[in-house]
Amino acid sequence: MENVYSALMQALQLTIVVAGAPLLTGWVRTLKCWMQGRRTAGLLQPYRDLARLFSKDIVLAENASWIFRFAPYVVFGATLMAGAVIPLISFDLPLGATADIIALVALFATARFFLALAAMDTGTAFGGMGSSREMTVASLAEPAMLMSIFTVSLASQSTSLSQMAHVITSTPLVLRPSLAFALLAFILIAVAETGRVPVDNPATHLELTMIHEAMILEYSGRHLALIEWAGMMKLLLFSSIGIACFFPWGISGHGDPLMLPPAFVILAAKLALIGIFIVLVETGLAKMRLFRVPEFLGSAFLLATLGMLSFFILE
Amino acid sequence: MTVSFAAQINSVLAALILLASFGLLVQRRIYGLLHIFAWQGLLLSISAAVVGYSAGLHHLYISAALTLSLKVIALPYILYVLIHRLKIHREVEEVVRIPTTMLIGIALVVFSYHLTAPITELSDLVTRSTLAVALATIMLGLLMMITRKKAVTQIIGFLAMENGLFFAATSATYGMPLVVELGVALDILIAAFIFGIFFFQIRTTFDTLDLKAMERLKEEE
Repeated sequence: MENVYSALMQALQLTIVVAGAPLLTGWVRTLKCWMQGRRTAGLLQPYRDLARLFSKDIVLAENASWIFRFAPYVVFGATLMAGAVIPLISFDLPLGATADIIALVALFATARFFLALAAMDTGTAFGGMGSSREMTVASLAEPAMLMSIFTVSLASQSTSLSQMAHVITSTPLVLRPSLAFALLAFILIAVAETGRVPVDNPATHLELTMIHEAMILEYSGRHLALIEWAGMMKLLLFSSIGIACFFPWGISGHGDPLMLPPAFVILAAKLALIGIFIVLVETGLAKMRLFRVPEFLGSAFLLATLGMLSFFILE
Repeated sequence: MTVSFAAQINSVLAALILLASFGLLVQRRIYGLLHIFAWQGLLLSISAAVVGYSAGLHHLYISAALTLSLKVIALPYILYVLIHRLKIHREVEEVVRIPTTMLIGIALVVFSYHLTAPITELSDLVTRSTLAVALATIMLGLLMMITRKKAVTQIIGFLAMENGLFFAATSATYGMPLVVELGVALDILIAAFIFGIFFFQIRTTFDTLDLKAMERLKEEE
């Protein structure tokens, strides 16, 4: 009986990740339109975009190898796998035990590695440029990300996300400067990893500034749909990692189905708030020059390290 | 407010003071430096007041008020007027590149934690863990004095070092005797005036505030 319940939870979680991700993106875009005084395309526009792309034919470059065709599935699969591990509404995740936070970072890295390979595969100038930029950002963001998450791991003495969130909700609230630093660092890294302003602009196709978009220029049809969908899921997943590490209150406990509806509402409210935060930041800030990005991520690393140090010094 | 809660607030303040020290290291604009310096003073004065309240030592309120009036209002104002009169608005020039400075700074924090670990075991105050942060603040101020070229930024580094000393005094020993503290406060104020006179002297002699120009001061052979 317990196994069935866990499997159901896992399925519910995956459904939320896959089906809810375009909604979050739609929410962010709608809010952004409101903030900038434009007419909105509606909350459901990302779903319509995906449906349109799935119904279109694929145009392949003549010299595209198997990597190019293979990469969208790897990207989507790795992101989906990551979505199975992060607790969204319940700690009851049978797959949660299979991958801890280090494996999670590795999953995202796998997706990015294949995307960069595929972008170089067709041999266009933009693809190579995009890959090189993406890898530069990634090589700086990943150590900082690990540092920031390790600070939370130190405080909760576990590297499994479910366990970390569980420990934080069950211990009494104390002021922890280390977690505040880790949260600040995590916000900076999440901005870089999900390709939002001020590091990358998801809406631009300007050759001087684009990072992520430059890599997927050659994709079309359902390949493009899968990559776009994976990108939306990544935004949702990074928000959920932040929620699970720093604001896990409201996630339902083990074997507690009555807590699920409130947990779902709380999750939706938290994600909506994160959306508002993203839009405020994106409307208030301009995209920074590419050469300033290493400094931006350097300060994220500094904050994460300070968080870890203040855990040892002050707590 | 219980003692452990006061200690928690104090460690949050300590973390913020450390962050402000790093802010001073990475900030490129000179007015930005002044703002961060004033914030650090404010955090310091709140911390002194919290320690004074939790330990029931009323003379710490006086030093908190002194810190507030001197380091948050008077000194930044004097420096602001100086910078305005000397017309230095350009970016700060650093000897070592800023990311490298940041890494050296992290190493200094680890070093001061290592250095103060045996000392904190001797103390039984609730605020003893912040001693490492105080030492790190002093070290980072020193690092700032070493890595900057201009006289004004070196002075801010010096004042940040003094902030660290003050924080060490309140966190490790619940504050110095009031006479000492009044004397130090007066010294700092006088020092700021003397620095101002020096700035003008340096500039009239060399036409710049870059202290590298002082290397030209040699006796003729």
